[in-house]
Order: sequence, then structure tokens, then C-alpha cells
Amino acid sequence: MGNTNEMMIEFDSRSCNEGFARVAVAAFVTQLNPTLEEVADIKTAISEAITNSIIHGYENEVKKIRIQCSVREREFSVSVIDYGKGIEDIEKAMEPLFTTKPEKDRAGMGFAFMEAFMDSVEVISSPGHGCTVHMKKKIGTGIIPFM
Amino acid sequence: MEQEFLIKGSWLIVAMPEEVDHHSAAILRNRVDAILDHQPVRHVAFDFSRTTFMDSSGIGMIMGRYRKVIQKNGEVRAIHVDDRINRILQLSGIYKIIEISRENSEEN
Repeated sequence: MGNTNEMMIEFDSRSCNEGFARVAVAAFVTQLNPTLEEVADIKTAISEAITNSIIHGYENEVKKIRIQCSVREREFSVSVIDYGKGIEDIEKAMEPLFTTKPEKDRAGMGFAFMEAFMDSVEVISSPGHGCTVHMKKKIGTGIIPFM
Repeated sequence: MEQEFLIKGSWLIVAMPEEVDHHSAAILRNRVDAILDHQPVRHVAFDFSRTTFMDSSGIGMIMGRYRKVIQKNGEVRAIHVDDRINRILQLSGIYKIIEISRENSEEN
């Protein structure tokens, strides 16, 4: 199986856990010796996915969010999973500036940021069946993405 | 910067927290709005001097305050912005409606 390593965390969907969760994931990624930029990209993408689960998936009810991470060679993979209300129209939800909660000061940029900062983003969801966001990023490729 | 909120003439200068996410943005929003509603300020400058992390919740918070101050003919600026924060601001498109500066420019 080559060089692989995995970790999983599960925590309450409280906004005060957002900082803890992205730092935990960033700490796991350090084994790949990422640049500061790569760490910041991953922290932002994780933060966006968790925020979506808290605000949209659970609509601020306190339930569980699970994050599964793995590294294989130089590729980092992460899944952010909630068991909330799910997404009816995934394509629409991923459109930049689209939000169902403009009155709550949501920018509608969550998925756009995930896509900008990670190599790939895949969303699996259906109404009533929660949401899983799979993201991947190659670490240490030496290529500066975006800019 | 020691104070979180500073009023200079018609400007409110907000010292942004180290990490701007959904959690901190929600707290900040309420405090900024309380000042905008009760003090004679028209403009808001968000000072990113000590900020090391921001996600799209910060963008939403700034956009919401922008909608509020334009009703008073005010403007919004982002000051002391580093490369990372600048990248987030550019990516979000918010640079089209607010002035972004690496220096302190609220007194031009």
C-alpha cells in the first residue's frame, strides 16, 4: 500500500470547534512537509466545509461532524461528513455567490473557496441523508496554484 | 493595536481578530452593528494587522457591513492587508466594492 497514514476526528457541530478542527487537520498534514501556503489553503477549505455543515446541514443544531483524513505518497485526502438535512441541488449550491441564507451574511463563496484552494472537490449528498465533501490536494509539488 | 474598536471622526476602525471564521465573524458582526447603530460613524475600516486566518465567513461579514454603511453614504476599507488576506479578498470579488490597502489609509 506504500506510504499511507490515516486519522479521523468527530466533534460537536458548535462554531467554537471550527478553529480546533482546522488546526487538527493542519497538524496531521505537517508529516508531508507542506509550505505555509499549502497549510493555509487546507485550513481555509476545511473551515468552509465545517461551516457549511453547521449552518446548512444542521442549521445550528448540535450534532456530530466527522473528518477523515489520509495521506498517500504526497497526496492528502479529506472527507468532511455531516448527517444533516443534505443538499437538494448540489450544482446550484456550488455556484459562486449562491446562498440560501443571505440574511445571515453568508457570502455564498464556501464551495468556490474549497475549489480554489484544493485540487479536487466532490460533494455527495441528497435531501435527508447528510453531506460528504471529499477533497484532495497534492502537497509539495512546488507549483504555486492561483496567483 | 490594543483597542478592538476605535472611532476617528466619521470612521470606525475595527481591529480584526487573529482568526476570522464563522465563529468569530458572528460575534464581531453584532458588536460592529451596535456601534454603527448608536455612534455617529459612516465609514468602517477593517484592520487586518494581526489577522492570520480568514475564510468566506469574513467576506460575508464585511459584505453585510458594507450594505449597512452605504445606506449612510459611507464606505468600507480593508487596511493592513497581507498577501494571504489579499488573496481571499481578491478571490471573493469583494475588492470591486471596497478599497484594499496594505497600509493604513483610513485618513486619506
